[in-house]
Amino acid sequence: MSSGSIVLLALVGAVTVLGFLAARWGGANLDSLDEWALGGRRFGTIVSWFLLGGDLYTAYTFIAVPALVYGVGALGFFAVPYATIAYPVALVVLVRFWGIARERGYLTTADFVRDRFNSRALEIAIALTGVVAAIPYIALQLAGMKTVFAQIGGGFNAHDGLPALTVAFVLLAAYTYTSGLRAPALIAFVKDTLIYVTVIAAIVVIPTKLGGWQHVFSASQAVLAARPKPSSIFLAPAQYFTYATMAFGSALSLFIYPHSITSVLAAKSKEVLRRNAALLPIYSLLLGLLALLGYCALAAGINLPQSAASNVVPLLFKQFFPEWFAGVADAAVVIGALVPAAIMCIGAANLFASNVFAQYSPERPPGETRTAKLLTLAMCAASLAVIFFVRVPYVIDFQLLGGALMLQIFPSFVLGLWTRALDPKALLAGWACGLVASCAMAWATGFNSNFTLHAFGGSLTGFIALYALVVNLIVSIGGTVLLRGSKR
Amino acid sequence: MSKRNAYWLLVIPFVATLFPFIYNRAVPALFGIPFFYWYQLAWVLLTGGLLGLVVYLTRDAGDV
Repeated sequence: MSSGSIVLLALVGAVTVLGFLAARWGGANLDSLDEWALGGRRFGTIVSWFLLGGDLYTAYTFIAVPALVYGVGALGFFAVPYATIAYPVALVVLVRFWGIARERGYLTTADFVRDRFNSRALEIAIALTGVVAAIPYIALQLAGMKTVFAQIGGGFNAHDGLPALTVAFVLLAAYTYTSGLRAPALIAFVKDTLIYVTVIAAIVVIPTKLGGWQHVFSASQAVLAARPKPSSIFLAPAQYFTYATMAFGSALSLFIYPHSITSVLAAKSKEVLRRNAALLPIYSLLLGLLALLGYCALAAGINLPQSAASNVVPLLFKQFFPEWFAGVADAAVVIGALVPAAIMCIGAANLFASNVFAQYSPERPPGETRTAKLLTLAMCAASLAVIFFVRVPYVIDFQLLGGALMLQIFPSFVLGLWTRALDPKALLAGWACGLVASCAMAWATGFNSNFTLHAFGGSLTGFIALYALVVNLIVSIGGTVLLRGSKR
Repeated sequence: MSKRNAYWLLVIPFVATLFPFIYNRAVPALFGIPFFYWYQLAWVLLTGGLLGLVVYLTRDAGDV
């Protein structure tokens, strides 16, 4: 066995132990959903910073974004403005939600929507959207782990990585079941430390060995321009709209995902969240530097077909790091995928247990925690199935298409935080139309995340999520006006 | 003027990053990194700083 895979196994083994030990952290009664799913809502600024950083920066950051930059050039860098403007959105939206949720004991977005609009149908719709949108996002985490296993080879890569992934996920499911949110919160400290060490090492070592940034960019430009489908390290004017809509749509959807909400509600106070809105962009800087590794791979002459583009980061580690340190870097990616996957499972399971099987009531129904724990296991299994049966052009499309579904709760949830003016029936109709529009556009483009709209003699290619949100808002607002009119 | 007006500062990062024609060019480069890239990376940090400022200015102002 290579020194790299020993380091990887040792680190993953250590965090697994940590995951089980986390059950004792704070000596809580884990039969309470508040304790199991939200860590007792007691996390301070530092724990929350690690937890939110560990939760929001996932295999998307380490694997999918560099792969997209490697594949399509400048357009892939949209993730940087996305990860920038997500925080102003968070400061305004989440702090308000946190306040209302703490006052009324909400655990999920659907709890809030139920209470505000008094609509059971809308509650179920919001909850199911979160569950369904979480699955492709968890699948993205698995796909990220798979790239590492493929790189290490041997037993890890046997049978397309399925046995290794299954083992990793069974362990994940077991400690999440046992310890709840405390497991990823504790593991996040290890994860984020490994990630910072790896990215700083990569960004110092790799471009230097390649002859400096200037060479990295000029070599990338040459490779991208010479491809059968040429692209560039700069945007074409026709891509401006695509770039902006992908960044804006992703930023609006980031914090309404169930896993974001779960970590946010675990914060102790509003101040904790407000400070974190200003401190978390440090992780976005990492994301930007990681994105540039896509170009380092181009300059290093790594030549992969589109279907294997996700492998660029582990390949770079192998090529430029000593073997043991490549093991550390690989562990950073694997643990970096396990932490958010655990929180996504918890968040989705909360929605199912609290808002689909049961309905929101201030006194949590008995047995809810047990249902949530069992559903965590089901979420893991469902996501494992997705990556083996669904093929997308780039793994990032998992997240982008999930985001298109997720964004359809925006009118009910985010607008609902400030106004009761919208009618729940109209919101439900808007939600349904938004979902149908998302799915139709995704289907028409072969599960691409962008759709070209032809109108007024021109064409505009933009992020499906935002087009669908516009449909949703028109129906929600228009429907409200019509329903009000008919009541008079 | 209400302290809540400080939240309007948060509009700046949206304008600065969502209109790529502002920054879609190579020069001036920084350490060999084209303007397109370092400009957007700089806005990650500037936005963090701006958020810190807004959090400070609105510390007693309540929600938006």
